[in-house]
Amino acid sequence: MQSSDVARIAHLAKLATDASELEQYASELTAILTLVEQMNRLDTAGVEPLAHPLELTQRLRPDVVTEPDQREGFQRHAPLTEDGFYLVPRVIE
Amino acid sequence: MQWDVVIGLEIHTQLKTASKIFSGAATTFGAEPNRQACAVDLGLPGVLPVLNIEAVRHAVRFGTAIGAEIAPRSVFARKNYFYPDLPKGYQISQYELPVVGRGQVEILLDDGDTKTIGVTRAHLEEDAGKSVHEDHLGGGRLSGIDLNRAGTPLLEIVSEPDLRSPQEAVAYARKIHQLVRWIGISDGNMQEGSFRVDANISLRPAGSDTLGTRAEIKNINSFRFLHKALEFEIERQRDILEDGGTIVQETRLYDAEQDETRSMRSKEEANDYRYFPDPDLLPLSIDADFIQAATAELPELPEAMRARLIEQYGLSATDATVLTGSLAMADYFEQTVAGCHDAKLAANWITGSLAAALNKADLDIEHSPVSPAQLIGLLQRIQDNSISGKIAKQVFDGLWQGEGDADAIIAARGLTQITDTGAIDSLVEAVMAANPQQVEQYRAGKEKVFGFFVGQVMKQSQGKANPALVNQLLKDKLAGG
Amino acid sequence: MLDQATGDSICALAARLRRRECSSRELTAAYLARIEHHDAALNSFITVTPEAALAAAEAADQQLACGAGGPLTGIPIAHKDIFCTQGVRTSCASRMLDNFIAPYDATVVSRLHQAGAISLGKTNMDEFAMGSSNETSWYGPVTNPWDSTRVPGGSSGGSAAAVAAGLCMAATATDTGGSIRQPAAFCGVTGLKPTYGRCSRWGMIAFASSLDQAGVIARSAADAALILQAMAGFDRQDSTSADEPVPDYSAELETSLQGLRIGLPREFMSAELDSDIAASVEDAIGLLRTLGAEVREISLPNSALAVPAYYVVAPAECSSNLARYDGVRFGHRCTDPVDLEDLYRRSRGEGFGAEVKRRIMIGTYVLSAGYYDAYYLKAQQIRRLIKQDFQHALSEVDVILGPTAPTTAFALGDKSADPVAMYLNDIYTISANLAGLPGLSLPIAPVQGLPVGLQLIGNYFAEARLLNVAHQLQQHSDWHLARPSAFA
Repeated sequence: MQSSDVARIAHLAKLATDASELEQYASELTAILTLVEQMNRLDTAGVEPLAHPLELTQRLRPDVVTEPDQREGFQRHAPLTEDGFYLVPRVIE
Repeated sequence: MQWDVVIGLEIHTQLKTASKIFSGAATTFGAEPNRQACAVDLGLPGVLPVLNIEAVRHAVRFGTAIGAEIAPRSVFARKNYFYPDLPKGYQISQYELPVVGRGQVEILLDDGDTKTIGVTRAHLEEDAGKSVHEDHLGGGRLSGIDLNRAGTPLLEIVSEPDLRSPQEAVAYARKIHQLVRWIGISDGNMQEGSFRVDANISLRPAGSDTLGTRAEIKNINSFRFLHKALEFEIERQRDILEDGGTIVQETRLYDAEQDETRSMRSKEEANDYRYFPDPDLLPLSIDADFIQAATAELPELPEAMRARLIEQYGLSATDATVLTGSLAMADYFEQTVAGCHDAKLAANWITGSLAAALNKADLDIEHSPVSPAQLIGLLQRIQDNSISGKIAKQVFDGLWQGEGDADAIIAARGLTQITDTGAIDSLVEAVMAANPQQVEQYRAGKEKVFGFFVGQVMKQSQGKANPALVNQLLKDKLAGG
Repeated sequence: MLDQATGDSICALAARLRRRECSSRELTAAYLARIEHHDAALNSFITVTPEAALAAAEAADQQLACGAGGPLTGIPIAHKDIFCTQGVRTSCASRMLDNFIAPYDATVVSRLHQAGAISLGKTNMDEFAMGSSNETSWYGPVTNPWDSTRVPGGSSGGSAAAVAAGLCMAATATDTGGSIRQPAAFCGVTGLKPTYGRCSRWGMIAFASSLDQAGVIARSAADAALILQAMAGFDRQDSTSADEPVPDYSAELETSLQGLRIGLPREFMSAELDSDIAASVEDAIGLLRTLGAEVREISLPNSALAVPAYYVVAPAECSSNLARYDGVRFGHRCTDPVDLEDLYRRSRGEGFGAEVKRRIMIGTYVLSAGYYDAYYLKAQQIRRLIKQDFQHALSEVDVILGPTAPTTAFALGDKSADPVAMYLNDIYTISANLAGLPGLSLPIAPVQGLPVGLQLIGNYFAEARLLNVAHQLQQHSDWHLARPSAFA
């Protein structure tokens, strides 16, 4: 993994990284990927992937409103709100 | 050069549920900002989604209505991207294994032919919130985020690229709109964003089999805009291609005020959504019993009902199409027929005066001020000759304005038909006496003036004289000189 | 009073509370005093809640005075700071959530509260549970009660250290790849990671949703059984919670081990294992044999691929689970963002520590276009093979046994510069998470004064069997009774 790969991934993941950190991340991530690539020692053709250990199916919830308005409580510790809105730098479309 | 137009639509329809797809918050439209956004909708730390059964039932109903296979096992996946109206940084959707598989609908073309349009798939997903830009918020430099809509259940319905013109695209979108309202899974309210259309459109040389590069026009919220946006886009792409240019695959937005589509540059960066199965949700399993229970109450579908109306009541194809425009319209019609036993009379009034009045007042038939029972009351007075067709229009106006039932309006306005021969006789004589010249002309063989006499008598009776009796008495008197 | 209390089991202490030989208020105050006295050095708590604890203790005393209350009424415990606690900072040991006051309780927290347990506060951990040494915490590392130059293990290092040092009777913890068992082993206490789905994940801040499981760290298997009893059970707010009956975990503790079939995976006792640790494990095996168990060698052929597969699955899920920390609705927000992109990048860049960022980047990478099949799907395939290995083994034996960790507690700073070396410390614990099986670590003969953990892995929902085997070992040995002298 090169610094440029790290920059691309950091951009996708929205993580600010200094140019000076890119090299170190690149070498650490390369080491981790080298560990991960030990998987390739095994031929897994035809093996069904396992996403959940218990292999159960989704339970369904009755269509009932159970949640009261808790806006004040939820916004008490929010970084920036006004008139009930969460505020962010201007969204341009 | 001749170009073929290739259009496919992705329609997001909001499902009619009391609570959200993965939380117990209410879905009611129009609440104050963030008052209907619970911890799950806000994506607070530690919260988890649980799937709403009614959203699944709605998807099953839709799949059944378009003859699609309902997947016995479908999977929810996360679509990862950052946007302020997307609280978790991912949208829960379905990707590889959607709940509804391939189906189809029939659209009616302008020439009266029908065309079958393939539906590739339909899948369940959650809606995002809204960004609001108001001058007072954050001194106008900031956007406000309202997450009331976040987590509202959506069914995304994806068509095959089977549509060949803006007209077909609109007909298909209208068809889906009719269907989702018909089977009761969505209110289809376009002003409130309950029915939104994304259009993929490309051009290719006439007769070619390969698809051209497409543009996607996002978030169109009216049929008229859909038509205009596609027309604009066809022209734009044709101009580029004919100048030897190439189409950029991109997302565009239709601006109704300028009547043009514009590239959405802010969303231009190559999105890599990193879909993967949502580990907080398990595979959705749907068996035959679930499908049976969910679809047990499904109404007769529009095509079947249209055919039946033509067959059972001898209606014209046009009337049958109008009357099956919505399930409520069809119900209204059948209730009215059940009371007056004259399908053509009922159809004429419903597709005529009633439809015109509703249209003028911008009302759905569900909100019609005139109930089927009231319309029946009016039609019965026409049938027993108590009132003429012309008077009936006045009675209908009374019904519309809430003046009571037909009989009450007829009595109050004194509109009962005059069927008394003596009374009409004297009116006829008075008219003849006042117009001797015309009497001469008639007797000299100029039968055209007969209409003049009818008109005068009706006028004198203020429209209340029975027209048949007027005709008969006039003929007798004029002939009997 | 407390000197005696710290030697008591929860069961014995609860009996004394019921007999009114001591009050919960006295007990709670004594534990708070111990925390006050010892935790500056240990750093096992992020937040201590004395007022709430004393108020809850007084309420427990009132209940006890009426002869009401259950087996945990008035017993002081602590919660890993990954569990949301209403009105109390829930930081996940991250700068990102340093200011986050949870508006609700995790299901596990509310169940323990309902069972009458008193919460003393929130224990330290690796940031977002990512780490095996507790060195990634924003609040600084926890030290090992047995040797302050060494790590307590992680990620539940604070819970393990607090229990080992006698700062609480027991503590909740979570385990995604060994985060209960490895610190329990390093600190000489008993840690149980239940079957995936046994305890609700509602209100437990997610690291890797398909691997995370809540459990308990306690001084003995008998104590762990009582805590698990209150925590376990179906929760309709967690789609992945198991709708399985909860047995009486204390009822089977005394069951004889006569005829118990124990499997020793040859892959866990390989040449790379420290020979002293191997000898400790052999000692414990010897004891189990005298108790009537049969021990045989088995094989888990794909276990060497557990760590590689885990470092795809866990980071992938983490990269998505941690996307919600964006500085908009809660948590850290950078100052004066110039635009949206800046808000995201700096809030997240400042709010997360290096290990969390590494894992987010690895996860983002393995899910990105063109890499999904080679990494993510491949790892999920290996996950199935690992599960199948266990299913095969568990059709022949009742319990699988081996060391919990390849080493004893290592020195602070020893592995923090080398992520891969750190990851390999979880080599024996990770496969149970991939398969979703329950695992338990209990202390056995120490090596050079440092605790050693024995790991037991059982079949799905066989927690009672694991607790039974551990309890029988503890009834016939005194390894679990050793206490670090600095915290006597």
